[in-house]
Amino acid sequence: MAFDEMLTPEGLPRDPYKQYHQWYSSQDAAHLIRKTQDAENIFRKTGITFAVYGHADSSEKLIPFDIIPRIISGREWRKLAQGIEQRVLALNAFLDDIYHKQEIIKAGRIPRELIEKNTAFLPEMIGFKPPGGVYTHIVGTDIVRTGEDQFFVLEDNARTPSGVSYMLENRETMMQMFPELFTLNKVQRVEDYPRLLRQSLASLAPPGCRGRPRVAVLTPGIYNSAYYEHSFLADQMGVELVEGSDLRVIDGRVKMRTTQGYEAIDVLYRRVDDDFLDPLTFRPDSALGIPGIMDVYRAGNITIANAPGTGISDDKAIYSYMPEIVEFYTGRKPLLENVPTWRCSEPDSLRYVLDHIGELVIKEVHGSGGYGMLVGPTASKKERTEFAEKLAAKPANYIAQPTLALSTVPIFVNKGIAPRHVDLRPYVLVSDKVKIIPGGLTRVALKEGSLVVNSSQGGGTKDTWVLED
Amino acid sequence: MLGRTANGLYWMFRYIERAENIARLVDAGLRVSLTRAGSSDEDWHGVLESAGVREAYATVHPQLTAADAIDYLLRDTTNPSSVMSCIEWGRNNARMVRTALTRETWEATNEAWIDLKARLANRLKAADLPELIDVIKHRCGLIRGAFHGSMLRNDLYNFSRIGTFIERADNTSRILDVKYYVLLPSVSQVGSALDNMQWEQILRSVSAHRSYGWVYDGDLQSANIADFLILKIQMPRSLAYCYEKIVSNLDYLADTYGERLKAHETAAAIRSSLKRGSIAEIMDIGLHEFLEDFVTRNNQLSAEITTGYRFYE
Repeated sequence: MAFDEMLTPEGLPRDPYKQYHQWYSSQDAAHLIRKTQDAENIFRKTGITFAVYGHADSSEKLIPFDIIPRIISGREWRKLAQGIEQRVLALNAFLDDIYHKQEIIKAGRIPRELIEKNTAFLPEMIGFKPPGGVYTHIVGTDIVRTGEDQFFVLEDNARTPSGVSYMLENRETMMQMFPELFTLNKVQRVEDYPRLLRQSLASLAPPGCRGRPRVAVLTPGIYNSAYYEHSFLADQMGVELVEGSDLRVIDGRVKMRTTQGYEAIDVLYRRVDDDFLDPLTFRPDSALGIPGIMDVYRAGNITIANAPGTGISDDKAIYSYMPEIVEFYTGRKPLLENVPTWRCSEPDSLRYVLDHIGELVIKEVHGSGGYGMLVGPTASKKERTEFAEKLAAKPANYIAQPTLALSTVPIFVNKGIAPRHVDLRPYVLVSDKVKIIPGGLTRVALKEGSLVVNSSQGGGTKDTWVLED
Repeated sequence: MLGRTANGLYWMFRYIERAENIARLVDAGLRVSLTRAGSSDEDWHGVLESAGVREAYATVHPQLTAADAIDYLLRDTTNPSSVMSCIEWGRNNARMVRTALTRETWEATNEAWIDLKARLANRLKAADLPELIDVIKHRCGLIRGAFHGSMLRNDLYNFSRIGTFIERADNTSRILDVKYYVLLPSVSQVGSALDNMQWEQILRSVSAHRSYGWVYDGDLQSANIADFLILKIQMPRSLAYCYEKIVSNLDYLADTYGERLKAHETAAAIRSSLKRGSIAEIMDIGLHEFLEDFVTRNNQLSAEITTGYRFYE
């Protein structure tokens, strides 16, 4: 029986949910059904959509939004926030070390080939220090809960974590639909995120930048699955939304083509992967990037956020070493636990994983978005057999984890409420200090019993409240 | 602002304008087929011609029928100028420049797309056409209204307006050119019933059948119709009106940016020729020749704006 965050096994509301539960009990079901439709209309009208690759007909989809908030107490949050901050500081220290002295390798804590043979490791970054020494400016730490006080980090998204626009729009929608709930509960603000993001990016402008730093968001364009978010963030920050074709390297600066000529950019918040960033350095066929931007970067004339090469820190093969990494750089035990992980590259682990395939979640080391994974307990016999073959053929491509009994939060269905599994992605901004936005994005698996929360696989979202207490 | 943003706004508003104009053309075509005894599917030739898609139509449909022509003009997405294509492209451009639009303008555009996509999903029934055409005009009007009511009067606004008027001028001149022969003085001084019908169709294509009456006391005369659509500055779809606007929008950019471009000279020259001209002179040059020359110059101006303001690299 999974831990339900709203109700005790006796059906009583837990502390953070007391006010909400009372309010909910006084609501009329027909009214709430109408509100659910209102919410969908708001999202559709605003065009808050994402693209699912490989579905030509349904090129723009809505992420289902559930009207029941996920509520976290201030006490629970403070604990989580400390753990996240420790982890994010460790990630940055790790990246700095990996691209400079490599002390963690010398100390024998991480195998050298795991780093140097990893495609996410960029030799171009060796010996280079990004402005302010910050590698991961924006981090989304995926967290799951299994009990009252049991939280695990599932993944560190240190490249270009997405979803923050949903966090903001979900809150906006809830405040529009149920203003009374926000007088009944003191909910910590998330609305400052765009302003904080802009401040944080501007504070890391290159040292040569004079005057107010010019920030821009780089998007692959309107066909990208997260385009809505890119335009939303640029709009909210009041900065230009640029595509690769708008930018050129001129006189050692990255400049954008305006109606009055070319103007220099100081900080680029790029939502384009490393591979596509610079066709002269990385993939030569990339049409999304800016030829020569890496030279400008290395000359210290532009800040790229997140820095190229940060992917080495959130790689699934590295994940299992995170407890050692945290301890190595912070000198303290991790405050937040890792999910126990079997590295299939190790023969003993592989044997164990193959023997227990029905109990484990097996993931591709380089996969994302819930693709290329096997959820043992819910997979069919045929799926397991096929997956076992793939696994045995290339064990180093996989890691395995126990199937966690993810906590549930109720969602609103026509018959009332029903528990569904959730995870949480808080957003973290790093400059000379670490800022964590209270709450984050709660993703919920809408299918009964499902553990896959990804929006591309039938997941929805909820507004996430951290209470003042 | 980015050159690409100027380009996106310019085309967004060209497409929205075009969608509305195509809907008007279909409306005028339907009107003719309703009011004229013995009307035939052949009447749609002129409509397809005015929309600039007659040849493209023939590659898809070997025969000309009213139903196929209407389908092609309103909902066929292989026709780049169909209402559905225009709305789709208008919205795609709007998405691209979303950060430059007010929330109201974006939502009006997005909702137009959602609504029309649903209404144009299946082949249309004749009985539904009048309502559908109203909805198209209504949706385009909402976009324009939201834009007018909420956008700052800055360079974004002026690039959008230039797109609207370049497209509108192009459209009006094409409508006139397709029917130029029915407007020639040599053909008829006093309108026959057939002339009257043709003339009314022209006026309806630009939603001007009522306003014409106000300006010229209701008497349909070919020279007055040409005068109204080409030279009358009070008529919001006339070439003269479009160029008053284009010149003032371009002047705003010149003042703000502190730089006059080739496009400014071209636009001013076209405007002054429309301002000085009389319909008698135009008929002397030849109406068809005049219109052909106008379309070329209008396109040339569009190209100069595109390069001058760095729409593309």
